[in-house]
Amino acid sequence: MGQAFLDNSLWRNIYCVLAGDSSSCASRGYSDGFLPGGLEWLAFLLAALAIIGLVVNGILGGVIVLIWGERRLFGRFQSRTGPNRWGPFGTLTSVADAVKTMFKEDVVPADADRILFNLAPILIATPALLVFSVIPFGVGTYVADLNVGVLFIMAITSLTTLAVLTAAWSSGNRIAILSALRSVALLISYEIPMALAVVGVIMLAGSMSLGDIIAAQGVPFILVQPLGFFVFFIAAMAEMARAPFDLTEAESELAAGYLNDYASMKFGLFFLAEFMAEISTSAIITTLFLSGWRGFDPIPSHFWFGAKLIAVLFVIIWFRMTLPRLRVDQVLKFAWKGLFELTMINIIVTAILIAIWPQPTTSQLWAMAAINWPVAIISIYLVSKLLGTAPYDQPLPDPNVPSYPVGSESIPASSVLGAESSSAQAPSPEGGD
Amino acid sequence: MIGLGLPRGFMVTLKNFLRPAVTEQYPDRHVGLIGAAKAAGMNPFQFLVKKPADSMKAIAGLATVPVAVKQSARFRGNEFTFFEDRCTACASCAKYCPLGIIEIVSVPGKIDAQEGESYKLDVFDIDIGRCMFCGLCVEACPYDALHMGTSFERSRYVRDELIITKEDLFDAPKRPSSFYRPQFEEKGFDPFAETIEDFHDAGRHERPSDEDLKRKWVDER
Repeated sequence: MGQAFLDNSLWRNIYCVLAGDSSSCASRGYSDGFLPGGLEWLAFLLAALAIIGLVVNGILGGVIVLIWGERRLFGRFQSRTGPNRWGPFGTLTSVADAVKTMFKEDVVPADADRILFNLAPILIATPALLVFSVIPFGVGTYVADLNVGVLFIMAITSLTTLAVLTAAWSSGNRIAILSALRSVALLISYEIPMALAVVGVIMLAGSMSLGDIIAAQGVPFILVQPLGFFVFFIAAMAEMARAPFDLTEAESELAAGYLNDYASMKFGLFFLAEFMAEISTSAIITTLFLSGWRGFDPIPSHFWFGAKLIAVLFVIIWFRMTLPRLRVDQVLKFAWKGLFELTMINIIVTAILIAIWPQPTTSQLWAMAAINWPVAIISIYLVSKLLGTAPYDQPLPDPNVPSYPVGSESIPASSVLGAESSSAQAPSPEGGD
Repeated sequence: MIGLGLPRGFMVTLKNFLRPAVTEQYPDRHVGLIGAAKAAGMNPFQFLVKKPADSMKAIAGLATVPVAVKQSARFRGNEFTFFEDRCTACASCAKYCPLGIIEIVSVPGKIDAQEGESYKLDVFDIDIGRCMFCGLCVEACPYDALHMGTSFERSRYVRDELIITKEDLFDAPKRPSSFYRPQFEEKGFDPFAETIEDFHDAGRHERPSDEDLKRKWVDER
């Protein structure tokens, strides 16, 4: 428990209020504590529990609100009202859903690998929660400021792939494993452009700590790194496995994909993890590209963070309501042939700019933005030319192969078995006895 | 130009987002303060002062106002409207019913010196569970006694309850549908707004005025 560990603000506030007279708090104006001396370990424990309670319950409450808000927005995008029967403006709808989910029967298939089957929901929900431990929600409001924060996020979100595969494998269901392989291909493919898109941000900020990245954003990095934002946003949408990249679940194709053997609260955990991933993705985008909690002064920083988060969530929902699901080959082609090139272009251009202006000031950031935008537009145009205009090569029918007469008006005599013999045996009009 | 399709698509969804919802809420509609005040028949400030509890409920989005579903006057609903004073128990409806679900038993009624013999309805059952709402019974009725109804909330848990008896028909509110009764539309009758209390008003053409009769039968000949 070094100084750096105690230095984060949420922890420090709770710990120092409880155990005020310890050495690490005395210089900060916390002279008196609630607990008597010698009980620092209790303060440590209580502070840890308080932080866990605050963050986890805050995120879960956010998920409940998000489920309601998303369904309301879906309704509005489809020119209907959305859920409005339970509670004021339908706010209790997701509570009702949660209660219903909890009281459902917990079915485990006979073929399932029970240990892995029970482990998979935990495995998918934990990383989605862990991401929030490094995200600064406001000035000094964070659980931990890791100096490898971005790397931590990338590593933690990769665990989703493992969870998906575990869930599908342990279900003992061939449709589940088919969909899981498809979604693992998607998730792994999009992790690479997602990680490479952040490289530009890291180069500009000169640090992997999210706090330092926010501090470096005199100009929001969405302006300085348009290409990086473009790629990161799309790759993050794919990592969330939501439309237009929802190959993982694809209701109309695969029933529910890898989770179609899950019931009750295990399914609820998958559902929860999906929405937590949506919030965490929005939080990461806000932090990396929209300058996090920074804003004008009279309005508190938490409000700025929340407003940006909600804006990103709105855009994500807007994307989902607009774009149809892509085919799996299109998705993979887009990742490897489109986004990968764009990130490479972005890294090279940013590296050149960083070589010219190491540790850029605000005016130099504006200059970088002025250079990066034309580069982004031209490169996106070129890559889309490369990708999008290639026609889907549908194989032409082979003229030598006789076609099977399905649905045709007249069946050729040669196709019908024993056509000649039956015509020979047909009774002649004058004959017959 | 390449790439313009995406923004165009996003604008389409945004346009729908900003458009008012087309949802018809039934059986009641959630209203805000203004809607609740309008339903109570006063302006919002009066409503706030006079009914603070109801207005708090309305602000929280919990107030509901019952909604009448908009439907055509010709809607053939799940019940029949029957004007028993006109019925002569001729059983035309039972004869014309293609499914044979109308059961009529008539008994000799009073013998009047002027009007002659008449029959009285003893049993008049319609098995609505098998009815296909073709309206042939309504069309066949020579005295406009039977009309299609406008109600539609007649689901029951037991099949036997779907049989409409004579008493049900007598007691039901007289809201006839204008199916095969175009004279209702001539009169501008709204089955969802008003009920017909007096059977003389139901389903008759307007009696032409004396001038019209004179012009038609005297002047034009």
